[in-house]
Formats: sequence, structure tokens, C-alpha cells
Amino acid sequence: MIRTFAVVLAALLAAASAQAKDSLSLGMVLEPPHLDPTAGAASAIREVTYANIYEGLVRIDAMGKVQPALAASWTISPDGLTYTFRLRTGVTFHDGAPFDCATVMFSYGRAAAADSVNAQKGLFEPIARTDCPDPATAVVTLKRPTASFLFGMGWGDAAMLSPASVATDKTNPVGTGPFRFTRWVRGDRIELERFPGYWGAAPKLTTVTFRFITDPTAAVAAVLAGDLDAFPNFPAPEALDRVRADSRFTVVVGTTEGKTILALNDARKPFDDVRVRRALAYAIDRRALIEAVMSGYGAPIGSHYVPTDPGYVDLTGVYPYDPARAKALLAEAGVRPGTTITIKLPPPAYARRGGEVIAAYLEQVGITAKLVPVEWAQWLDTVFRRSDFDATVISHTEARDLDIYARDTYYFNYHSEPYRALFRDYQAAVDPRRQLDLVGQLQRRLAEDEPNVFLFALAKVGVWNAGLRGMWTNSPIPANDVTAVSWAE
Amino acid sequence: MKQGRLNLVLGGAITALLVGMALASLVWTPYPPTHIDIVHRLAAPSAAHWLGTDPFGRDVLSMIMAGARSSLSVALIAVAVGAGIGIPLGALAAAGGEWVDQAVMRASDLAFAFPALLTAVMIAALAGPGEANAMLAIGIFNIPVFARVTRGAALSVRERDYITAARAVGRSETAVMLRHVLPNISAMLLVQVTIQFALAIVADAGLAYVGLGTQPPDPSWGRMLNDAQTFVFHAPLLAVFPGLAITLAVLGLNLLGDGLRDRLDPRGR
Repeated sequence: MIRTFAVVLAALLAAASAQAKDSLSLGMVLEPPHLDPTAGAASAIREVTYANIYEGLVRIDAMGKVQPALAASWTISPDGLTYTFRLRTGVTFHDGAPFDCATVMFSYGRAAAADSVNAQKGLFEPIARTDCPDPATAVVTLKRPTASFLFGMGWGDAAMLSPASVATDKTNPVGTGPFRFTRWVRGDRIELERFPGYWGAAPKLTTVTFRFITDPTAAVAAVLAGDLDAFPNFPAPEALDRVRADSRFTVVVGTTEGKTILALNDARKPFDDVRVRRALAYAIDRRALIEAVMSGYGAPIGSHYVPTDPGYVDLTGVYPYDPARAKALLAEAGVRPGTTITIKLPPPAYARRGGEVIAAYLEQVGITAKLVPVEWAQWLDTVFRRSDFDATVISHTEARDLDIYARDTYYFNYHSEPYRALFRDYQAAVDPRRQLDLVGQLQRRLAEDEPNVFLFALAKVGVWNAGLRGMWTNSPIPANDVTAVSWAE
Repeated sequence: MKQGRLNLVLGGAITALLVGMALASLVWTPYPPTHIDIVHRLAAPSAAHWLGTDPFGRDVLSMIMAGARSSLSVALIAVAVGAGIGIPLGALAAAGGEWVDQAVMRASDLAFAFPALLTAVMIAALAGPGEANAMLAIGIFNIPVFARVTRGAALSVRERDYITAARAVGRSETAVMLRHVLPNISAMLLVQVTIQFALAIVADAGLAYVGLGTQPPDPSWGRMLNDAQTFVFHAPLLAVFPGLAITLAVLGLNLLGDGLRDRLDPRGR
């Protein structure tokens, strides 16, 4: 009798634990300001919503390749101007609204409109018009051939939004993805649950919780205590050896698109002088910085492009660490020793710690850097939106985003007609070899002008429970795509 | 008595060491405290770096010394603010009659209702992080402490015969307070100063720890402790040294306070 009872109890316990393994709690450093990826630049928005809540016509997979999503297939006309997308049928939004070509027309039209608040408006600028020959076909005609168009349509910024919910998507996101939004506890967590009406294969997980933990110490503690199942961008690389030594965890170091830069306000003195910007580039030892700030995880960069992207040119030797040269350039530009600049530092550890190291390097060439820590919302508002800053440390996680240097207005205020001309050529290039050549030229131009000091490519230091399968090891775009994540049996 | 003397000597010595270190850091530290040397990061204690180096290769001893300067100056200003405003308020409450007394004491009750560090966090959060605001924040929560101690001591002294005598010969309330009451409670206030000084050092470290005190790159003990946390598996000593510095500072000041009390308190004699 007792034995039977024990067996039953064991079976019940096993069942209970097996049942518990269809939820996931995942740690993130930054909390998204809102949840509409078509209306904000913060990567954290995509890190919650991409592929999980919202989908676009196409998507970017873990390898950085374009894959079908709401478009099952597509054809491109030989002149590169007409994209014909075959849409999936029977797709509904989480609120029951149907998805068809009208949604595509609405979403692309909204993103490209004059009053659009899309952070990547440039992606949609080449679109001349969108037509719907039938509800399951979308024909997008471009003004000119655009090399990166399809890749761009895989970004979170090109997500399909339902006209009915678009006004409230910031706080109550409604998409077509396999998970729907359930709850947002500000400052703490966002919860998603499986959407039973999903058009594709149902995900293995039933609930997903994103928790926001900025402090590296708290992140380490939460992981070690098992409060989190995964921290895909773990903020404390120095504690990695400790985590790695623990068989409960998997540690994977991959790559991201994160171009970590000392962004300079090129419209402000003294950074309007290219000699000063170059001097700062000479003043900082990138390898040592990576060692000190990221415990050696990360790769130096010499332009706004990461080594894993097509057409990468190694320009890390353009400004070798050379404080004497930096001082000479500063003197030439008339910047006196003792000049004070302010560096605003957002919360991530790469910025807060990086700022301290950079300040020490600048001190050696006679520039006093005043460090001002700012909260994330404050950074987005003052630095990013209003361009009110001297310098800041930030990682740009959008893939292949050379376009930001060609924009009329962007927070670091780089304006170069030669660069813009090059960029237009690149966008219009149809021949892949010509494209790669131009990508190289763009990088060289940036290294030459050094609008910002290019520091390093952020590594993706991922830590998760050893029983988890299907986590992304690299971040070709900012995302925590958990649609293929499951627990090992 | 013997115990008191030991306290006084030991506390005095530790405090002197600390003050000496802080003063020395103004003109000399083994290395500049903000100087980074990444090649030699996380070095163990050695002849070149007595207390080792931190993740950026900064010399820990130099940072502890510069941190002593920062901690002591924050504590000094904070206690000066607290005593400078609190003592006159307390004296006023003691001498000013029922209404003034009630007003001052209820206000200080209100201030007391908030935990001290929370008050400091609130002030620092409102005024922004930084050394000056840490001084102000800690100073403000010191005001009611000094006001209460002063009032209590002054009221008990005012009942003594020599005060009655002074009043009998026609001295004004102000003169009685300044010439007779305050000098007679100064020993007690001095002891309170050392206690508050120790608490201010802990508060300063606490504020710096949560990022509201002294800002980088200026070294501070509290932030050194915070920075050391995630490195605790690699380099546990990084957390030990600033922790030890805070402990020693508080211990030294408390011993000094105890010693002074035993020495100065007429009841102990």
C-alpha cells in the first residue's frame, strides 16, 4: 500500500515537473519604452516582440538569412523593381482581425507616410506603391532597385499591424505571431502566452515571461538562483567562468550586430572638427577596452560595420592606439589640455563601465570627461530624440545600418554629401559585387571622417538552462525569438 | 576606566590613520587613483600594488586612499550641516517655550518617521546623484538627531541650580543658553558628533553603492564594493578591501566616541 502510494506520488511529481517545463522566463537588461516596433528605435522593443508577437512578410532567421513569414513566397522582377508576395491565407491577428493584402498596404503605407514615426523610415522610402490584385497577393513596386529592401522588410520595423489596433499597440500589442501579449508589470516584467489561433506550427512553450534586470550583480544572482531560465544577453561577462563551471547552465558566446561606439555630437564644438574626432580615436585602446569592460568578449571595429556582415573591411588599423598622436591632433585643432566634455551613459554595463575606461584614456590626452549616468528613457529622450549631448556610449544593434549616416537628421549630426552620394549608389546597385565594393567604400569613408569613435562589436554572451533547446546563439538582428524554443525531454 | 582609555587610544589611532590617509591622498597616492592599466588588471596584491588592482587595472590602495578623502569629506560636511542646524534648533526648542518646542519636536518626529537612508535616497534621487547631494542628503537626516539630543540635554541641564542662579541674577534666556547650557552639554554633543560621523560614512557608502553618491571616475568605497560584486568569483579581495575600510572607519569612530564619552561624561568619572 505504502509502496503504491510512493509510486503514485513519484509519478505525480514527475508529471508536475514535466508540466512545468513549457514556460520560459527570460532576462533582459533594458525594459522597452513601449511595444510597437514600428514606432520606436529601442532594440528592447524587438527583443520582446520580434517573431513572438509581430510578424512581417518576411523574417530574418538565426543565421541572418531572409525567410518566408506572412508571405509564403515571393518573386522579384528582373529589373529589381517589382516584388510580388504570395501571402498566407487564413491568418488572423490576436484580436480576430483578418490579415490580407489590405493589411500590407496599410502597414507599408503607414510606415512610409510623411507623418510616420517609424524609426527606420528609410527602409520604406524606396516604395513607390503597394497593390492588391487579390487579397492573397501583394505587389510592391519600388522607385529604384534597392539592394537591402527584402532584408529590411524582415526587420521588426516592417511588422504587419492591424488597422484596428494600431492606436493601442504601444501598450497592448496585437500581432499575428505565435504568442499574444497578456500583461506588463512596469519596471519588472512582460508576459506572453501561446496564441491558439496561430496560422503556423504551434510553439512548444505556453507562456513566456521577459524580466528586466539592469544591474549585472542582480543578473548573476537571478541566473545562479534559477529565477531565470535564460539571459540571452548576459550583462556580466566577468562572471561567465563561474556560470560555465555549473552544469545546470549552457553558456554560448556568439556575435551580435551591436556596434558599440563613443557617439559624438558632430554639430557641437569641438567635435565638429574631424581632427578632434580622429584624436579621440587614437586616444582609446580598443583591445584593452574590450578586455576591461567585456572581459575580452567582443571584437574591435574600425567603422560602423561588424566583422560578420557581408563586405566587411577591417579598418581597425586606421587609428591605432597612439596617445602622442592624439595630443598632437588636439593641439593642432586648438583644443587646450583640460578641456571638459560630458559623456552621457545609458544603463547597460558596456556603457557605464566603458565610460569610466574611456574617461581614463581621454584624461591621458588632456581631455576631462565628466560622466553622467542617465536612465534609458532619459537617454532616448535627451540624446537620441533631442540630440542634447556632447558624447555618449551606445551600441547600435540594427543590422547593416550604414543608412543612419546618410540621414538628414540623426542624433549624432553627421552630414557628408560624399557619403550620401556613395550610399545612394549602394542602394541602387543591382550587381552583388558592385554592392560589396560600395559597402567597403562606405566603411572607408566613415573611418576617414570618424563621425563617432568606433569601438567594438558586442558579443552575444548567452546563458541559459542546459535543458533549453532552440535559443539563438547569434543576434543577426535584435530579437529574442522564442518561437522554436523548447525544453529537452 | 581602563577600558575607556583603551577605546580612546585605539579609536583615536584608527581615526588618525584614516584622516592621515585621506590627507595624504590629496598630495600623494601610490598611483593616480583613476589611472587605468589594463595589462595589469585584476592583479593580486604585490610589492607594486599592495592591495592589487581592479578590473580596469587601477591601484586598489590608491582608490581606498582617495575613497577615504571622499568619505570623510562627505561625512564632515554632512555632520556639520546636521549639527550646525540641529543644535540651534534643539536649543531653541529647549528655551523657546511650549509652542516652539512642540513645533520643532513634531517636525523632527516627522523626519524620524522616515528611515534615515531612505530619506537620503529620496533627496539624492530628487536632486540627482553626486557628492554634493550626498552631503546634503545625509546632512538633512542628521538635523533632527542633533536637535533632539540638544533639546533633551539642555532641558535636563536647565533644571540645575547654577542655571537657576544665573537666571536669578537677570541673565537673558539667550545668554543662559549660550554661556551656561551649551558649554555644559558640549561633551555629550561631541560624542554625538563621532557617532553621527560613523553613521554618515556608512550612509555615504550606501548611497555610492546604489549609484547615488560620488560619481565615477572619482573613487568611493561604496561603489568599489558594488563594482566588486560580479568579480567576487575571480577576485574576492576586491570586495574585501573597501569593506574593511568602511568597517575600520566605523569601528574607529565608534571607539573614539565611546572613549570620549567615558572621559568627558561627568557621571562616568
